[in-house]
Amino acid sequence: MSTIAGTTTGTREMMMGNEAIARGALEAGVQFVTGYPGTPSSEIVETVARSARETGVYVEWSINEKVAAEVAAAASFAGLRTLTAMKTAGFNVALDFLAHLGYSGLGKHGGSMVVVVCDDPEGHSSGDEADSRWFAQTEGAPLLEPDSPQEAKEMTTWAFELSEQFNCYVMVRSYTRLSLASGPVTLGRIPEIGKKAQFDTSQETISPYMPKPSHVRQHQRLASIRPLFERSRFNWYQGPEKPELLIICSGIGTRYSLEAVGALGLEKSVGILKLGTLWPFPTKLVAEHLARTRRVLMVEEVDPFLESHAKILAFDSPAVSKDLKIYGKDSGHIPAEGELNPSIVMKGLAELFGLDYTIREADYERKISTAVDKLLINRGVAWCPGCPHRASFWAVKQAIRKDGRDGFPTGDIGCYTLDVYPSGSQQIKALHAMGSGVGLASGFGKLAQFGLEQPVVAICGDSTFFHASIPGLINAVRNRANMVLVLLDNSATAMTGFQPHPGTETDILGEAAPVISTEAICRSIGCHVEVSDPFDIKGTTAKLLRLMKEDGTKVMIMRRICELVRMKEERTFPFKVWIDAEKCRGEKCSFCTRFFKCPALPWDRETGKAVIDEATCVGCGVCVEICPPGAIFREVTA
Amino acid sequence: MTRINGEPINLVISGVGGQGNILLSRLIGRSLLKKGYLVSIGETLGVAQRGGAVMSNIRISEKMPFGPLTPEGKAHLIVSLEPLETLRMLSRYGNPEVTTLTNFRPTLTVDVLTRKDKYPDYAALKQAIDTLSGTAFFLDATAMALKLGNPIITNVIMMGALIGLDMIPLTREDIEAEIKASFSADRAELNLTALAHGIDAIAAGT
Ligand code: SF4
Ligand code: SF4
Repeated sequence: MSTIAGTTTGTREMMMGNEAIARGALEAGVQFVTGYPGTPSSEIVETVARSARETGVYVEWSINEKVAAEVAAAASFAGLRTLTAMKTAGFNVALDFLAHLGYSGLGKHGGSMVVVVCDDPEGHSSGDEADSRWFAQTEGAPLLEPDSPQEAKEMTTWAFELSEQFNCYVMVRSYTRLSLASGPVTLGRIPEIGKKAQFDTSQETISPYMPKPSHVRQHQRLASIRPLFERSRFNWYQGPEKPELLIICSGIGTRYSLEAVGALGLEKSVGILKLGTLWPFPTKLVAEHLARTRRVLMVEEVDPFLESHAKILAFDSPAVSKDLKIYGKDSGHIPAEGELNPSIVMKGLAELFGLDYTIREADYERKISTAVDKLLINRGVAWCPGCPHRASFWAVKQAIRKDGRDGFPTGDIGCYTLDVYPSGSQQIKALHAMGSGVGLASGFGKLAQFGLEQPVVAICGDSTFFHASIPGLINAVRNRANMVLVLLDNSATAMTGFQPHPGTETDILGEAAPVISTEAICRSIGCHVEVSDPFDIKGTTAKLLRLMKEDGTKVMIMRRICELVRMKEERTFPFKVWIDAEKCRGEKCSFCTRFFKCPALPWDRETGKAVIDEATCVGCGVCVEICPPGAIFREVTA
Repeated sequence: MTRINGEPINLVISGVGGQGNILLSRLIGRSLLKKGYLVSIGETLGVAQRGGAVMSNIRISEKMPFGPLTPEGKAHLIVSLEPLETLRMLSRYGNPEVTTLTNFRPTLTVDVLTRKDKYPDYAALKQAIDTLSGTAFFLDATAMALKLGNPIITNVIMMGALIGLDMIPLTREDIEAEIKASFSADRAELNLTALAHGIDAIAAGT
């Protein structure tokens, strides 16, 4: 991993897009950085944190993205250079504040504020593939979209200048194939950072409280930014004077377009207009290029954002040919869903030129499909061996079954989301956003008067609890909803890379920080709280069953550290675990492999018995509890 | 190593989340950059790290930084830490000329463990990889790693084998230097041994 602050100016390093964004911020003299973890954005804040001791930058993982944006904005109101980073799902959370900040601006002696949003086209690690660029338009924020790590660094640095000059936050849009991709980046100088923060109390309230005049100011601001964008070096054209076809692209679409034009040998007929400054839309520049061609292909990820604006512009521009055709997502030449890749652009382009684009010879293609049909199976994700969630969900399942009223869980976002995959227990019946499990349960918990007799169990993790579950829980208590919140407390934000949160003992820099107790919060709200170790499956099941039968809003904390975090700290296997083949009832039972599904507990087809896979078993010992005939044994390791 | 039309070399590294293919792509990326190549790496991170299928696309060019994904059917070399994953990559990036290098040590999928799926017959899988590759190399790097005392270095043995194939513009010395720069002295030692074993395996004819 590239060290951030220490490296010499002018050297070239391989950097992830996220690291490059962090580096760009440091080269701009950023002083204050916040965020909430989420793939594909987490490394931005983490990279700055690695340099924090050296550079003196303040870094925090905030409780959620809205608070992260507010904390960063405060620092910018006091004149500092600030950045906040989040994934798109979290950007939705932050929007409540950012929508208003887009009107108010950053105050009289405001510093600068850059908001980095990382979209996840294809939803590799997300529940959606939403395109955040539309929001720049609704919030009136200037929007930049880089095409490579090098450009990500340069644009981020520039975003600070823009923000300072125009007194508004600037949005940098990243995406999975930039944030998590790596490429060469030439390093620049990191300036000494200033330390002085001062808030000017003589100014008027920083607020959009007079929305209409604020909106007018916002439009004036964008109008004054536009000329700068028209001639920005982040927009460029490459190709013939009057191209037969013009590609307009942004972000990773640029790299794929360059490759596609080269691969199809269309350099003489196709021009590429690459846009890096997307909002305010550089209308003059685009109109000029539209006037020089009759066919346009739009290449962007995910939505037809530029495509829509190009079409509106074409309608408004007298110089544009009446026969101009704009192809892209609407015409189906580029798919309207999913991420781009070079083949997609090649296909679209070939179709428009009537060229033949076959990926492989038919004979090879046939061989591939035979092999795929016969041999290729899916490789699903699963909880790690020794993961406490497997045991927790097992207890939930037993309790619901014993309760006998057809109860069901609502779910939330974290490692425990894996429950919905075939490797999980597949109990969760509704799964949406951070904190939604509790909100939904609060609703289900009020349906008794309409005849609903089924109990509901909301399941959320510790980081998610702090992030967005507390209001839902208060709502449930206040409105006397009948529900149990199962809080899976594994002392980490495990899914996104084990970041600390308000309930863990150290902060992002590894320094001791005040610990906020989930238990105390729930009790103070007025919930009946029980705590249990999920590895005590029987005890946990019994406690949960009791809570399900009680009226009101109850909380069951299932507490055990994430196995990967434990392993990093302890580097030991607690038990030696083995199966007595004599006692294993084999095919007649196979309970452990079919239902418990620990990846370290496979089925031996030859003997027809379960076995422990020594290479992957971490010796947690919990499977001993679930084997009906008691064929699994454990012994404390020395 | 220069290709027709200045086309990049497309290297794909695949495996199962947790096998350490990211270390390989990082070592390769850094060493190539030092030699002046323009490298782009596209990677699977996030949820797939929990035992899913993972891959790194490494695109090596002398001309321009390419995008981080390889076009379908355009891999020159597929290095895989797991055989089912070789096949998965062949289905996406394979072509009659592609060279594959496979650690023939199946990692069962969760659906196989829970008996929803059957892992393909090993001989048939090997046969398919062979048929779909221009040249196919197989070795059991995991067994070699276990012999050296630690399954974790399987990936570096595979790196050695990759260097042994001499298909990317990196020498043994380049990677050795990168390993020395990236690890503490004792861990570097183990990794250098692993590297040597991989190189030797190819030299001995795998
Ligand atoms: S990372 Fe931790 S919480 Fe996530 S599946 Fe593995 S053991 Fe469970
Ligand atoms: S002890 Fe059992 S449950 Fe725990 S990791 Fe090993 S096989 Fe899995």
